[in-house]
Formats: sequence, structure tokens, C-alpha cells
Amino acid sequence: MRRLDAVGWSKPLVVLLALMPLALLVLAALHGTLGPDPVSQLEKRTGIWALRLLLLTLSITPLRRITGWNGLIRYRRMLGLFAFFYASVHLTVYLVIDLGGFWSQIFAEIAKKPYITVGFAAWLLLIPLALTSTRGMMRRLGRRWGQLHKLVYAIGVLAILHFVWQVKFGRTIAVREPVIYAAILAALLLARWRPKRAALSARPAPARSPAPAPPP
Amino acid sequence: MPTRRPPDLPERDVTPEAIYQDRRRLVRLLALSPLALAACSPKGEAGSPTPAPPPPPAPGTALSYTPNPAFRTRGPLTSWQDVTHYNNYYEFGTSKSDPARYSGAFKPRPWSVTVGGECEAPGIFALEDLIKGIPLEQRIYRHRCVEAWSMVIPWVGFPLGTLLKRFKPTSRAKYVAFTTVDRPGQMPGLSYPVLDWPYREGLRIDEAMHPLTLLAVGVYGRVLPNQNGAPLRLVVPWKYGFKSTKAIVQIAFSETRPVTSWNQAAPDRYGFYANVNPDVGTVPWSQHTERRIAGSGFSLFGNRIATRLFNGYADQVASLYAGMDLRRDY
Repeated sequence: MRRLDAVGWSKPLVVLLALMPLALLVLAALHGTLGPDPVSQLEKRTGIWALRLLLLTLSITPLRRITGWNGLIRYRRMLGLFAFFYASVHLTVYLVIDLGGFWSQIFAEIAKKPYITVGFAAWLLLIPLALTSTRGMMRRLGRRWGQLHKLVYAIGVLAILHFVWQVKFGRTIAVREPVIYAAILAALLLARWRPKRAALSARPAPARSPAPAPPP
Repeated sequence: MPTRRPPDLPERDVTPEAIYQDRRRLVRLLALSPLALAACSPKGEAGSPTPAPPPPPAPGTALSYTPNPAFRTRGPLTSWQDVTHYNNYYEFGTSKSDPARYSGAFKPRPWSVTVGGECEAPGIFALEDLIKGIPLEQRIYRHRCVEAWSMVIPWVGFPLGTLLKRFKPTSRAKYVAFTTVDRPGQMPGLSYPVLDWPYREGLRIDEAMHPLTLLAVGVYGRVLPNQNGAPLRLVVPWKYGFKSTKAIVQIAFSETRPVTSWNQAAPDRYGFYANVNPDVGTVPWSQHTERRIAGSGFSLFGNRIATRLFNGYADQVASLYAGMDLRRDY
């Protein structure tokens, strides 16, 4: 058994922290303090936490590079799984609580409403990542594990589209929040490109095949 | 013209217990006729987990009005709290809690309305003069937002047509345009160019003259709160809520169709007519169903109901659109 270091003992704390938003939401729902349209609040808040956790997951690699603290990587799987967890709660609330009783509408919504199509696609793509998140699967898939988990970038883009497309558009975007999240995602994706470019300019001569990129 | 009862009333239409327990007070508050009372009687007990306290007495100046039993709606009302704390009024901000939060500095009095265009008696009228002699009535209307949520609201007002006739519209008056006040100092949302301010909406003259079309000065028996469009707002119950212009300062008759704010901002999404229609989706929302926000009890389940053509007012208004392709003219 591995020795429990700082990251090891802090993990249960991170679990508790990650479950806090859901706990607060359930409490608010039980107390009836979610406002006039509680179902829309459940949808919004579970969705926003899925996105936040996804962005946190994506920020591990750049943060690790900036801080030089490699221990950070050990939080990544947990954060990614929590993103999947909140996305699943989000979808369940929508299907069971919101559309409950109007089952025939579900297919039409997923197939015909682009913002729902992309949201659903993002959730579907999270499934293989969650299933292959174990140490055993990592070992078995080897290099392909890294390739598979590059899907997380596409998921990030789909999740942002899902958010932005819901916002009413006038001449400008009516609500700023989705734009802020889009900017964060863009920054996190850009942070991954920069080192490669730096490497290229530093070494114009074609080097041997570069070391395999760390998994996203 | 009574609202026709839908053939199958699902369990979720059952009156929440809190409303049921509160019915006598509600009836007194609304001074409903015995006929309306029969319509509102509960069909059973709803399993609301914690009985909500009765809604607080509505603040604001009481109005004198007569309930009009011809215009009522089945099922529980949306509480005063929800009607006045959850709505879209972008002049005060884009969140649905912004209107109640940021409309405190708004001054709805004194107020005047400019009437012009294709009419024989235009002018600038003080609100008191404008509505002098017009009896106020209470009508309980369904309110359907294009965002696919809905409410049941007891408005106090009078038919728009009653007022419009006073200005003697000419034969060239094919449309009526309404403009919302534009006061950046009192309406913080105006600093964001979400729309091309001021907010403008419009109706075809026959829609404007239709007996269902209401000009409201009150809600729940009281003077309209600022956040709900004080002091004078339109209520067009068979159209999506954005057609119902708030805080009206200008009424103009015209021969050509007026430019309307949401249609101008996103013509593919928001049509000029904006009639509630379950078969015509409005990006990004499907319009087949809606979440009904009603009752004072808190419930997570069973709020979704089927949306009806013309918001259930087809009997009264469908003839206005005879021969029109509702998919094209959305």
C-alpha cells in the first residue's frame, strides 16, 4: 500500500468539497428556497458545476506546468469523474424531473434542439472517459489512452456550445456568464499549444519524434 | 367566452393544498363570483411536502375594480410573490430576479402617454386623464413566456380597444405600436445594448381591438409594481410575453407594420405575431410544453403541461388568423 502523503490525505477533503454544491442544492430544494421555478434552478446549477469541474480538470496540466507541482496530477481523475457525475445529475434532472410525463418529447428535444444535441453528445463522450479512468484501463490502453482522453477537449467545446446557444441573442449576447466560461476554456486550450510552439521556435531543425505528450 | 376545459386533466393540475386551505381568503381577495368559485374548487389534495404559509398580503395601493367572470382560468393562480419576483424586464437587467431587485428607484408617477400617428385625436395625455371614466375589471389570464414557462395572473385593467377608440384611428391605421419608457438613470439594464432601446412592440389593429387584449394598471387587486410594468402595460394572453409592452409612454397608429424590438434583434427567432403555438418551435426552445409556475406550494414534479395553440385562447382569437400560414407568419 502506498504511503499516504499530502495529496493522499487531502483527497477525501476534495471529495467532500466536490459534493458540497450538490448537498447545498438538495438542501435548498428540500427547503423550497430555489425560487419560483425550482426545476430550472436544479438544471442550471448542476450544469454549471459539471462545466466548472470539467474546466478544473482541464486546468490541472497548465497549473502543474506553472507551479511545477506534479502532485496536482493526482487530483485530475477525481475532478474529471465529478464532472461526469454532475453532468449525469444534470441530465437526470432534465429527463426525469423536468420532462417527466412527456417522454415522447425527449427524443424530439435531443434530436431537434441543437443546444440539447450538443449537451447530450458531451455527456455521451464523457462515458468512455469515465469507464477508462481506472489504473488498469490506463495500463491496458497504453498510448491509446492518451489519444482517447483527448476527447475531453471536444467535450469542453460541446459543453460551452450547449451553454452559449441557450442564451438569448439580441445584437449582443444577453447574458455574459457563458462568454466568461468560453474564454476560460479558450485560455486552457491555448495554454496547451504554447509549449509546442516554443519548442519549435527554439529548435528549428527537425528533432526526433518528441516525447509523448502527457495525457490531457 | 369561457375557457374550455381540456378533455383530460392530469393529476398535476390538482390545486396545491396551501391554495386549497387558503381558498376563502383568496376568494375574498379576488372577490370572485360564485361561478368562478366553482371553477376554482379543488379537485383533490396535492401531496405538497411542506404546506407553504399563505402568501403575504399584497403591498401597494388597492384598486377598485369588478371581477369579470368571463375571463378566468382554471387551476391555481401564480402567487403574488412569484408574479412580482420572477419575470423578464430587460430594462432592469437580464436575470429574472433583476426587475424586482433594481426597479425600486423607478418613478411611475407622474406619467404621460403620447398618442400619435394615423388617428384624429392625437395628443399627450396624463395617465389619470387617459383612463378617466374607464371601469377597471379583473381578468385571470394565462401568461406564456417564450422561454417555455407560464403563469396564471389576475390582472386589473381594461380592454385596450376601449382606450384606442377615443383617439379615433383613421382607416389607414392598420397597426398600433407601443414604446416602453427609456430612463437610463432609473433603469440600470438600459446600459447594456441587449436590444435597440427603447423597447418597441406592436399589434395589428384587429389584434389590438380584440376584447381579450388588455391594458393593465394593476395585478392582484393592487396598483402594478414597478417590476411588472408600472404604471401601464399591455397584456396579450395568446401571444408570448414579450409582446406585452411594459411602462408604455407612446402609442402610435400606422399603416405599415412597425419595427418591434425582438423581431429586429433576431427575426429568425422572434416573429412579429409571436402567437403561442406548440407546433412552431422558437430557437432555442421547443414550444410543445411549458413549465407552469403556479400555486404557493413548492413542487419539483409535475409542473410541465402541454402548451395549447394560442395559449388556449383559440376559441376567441383563431379567427383573426384565418387563412394565414402560422408556420410562416410566426
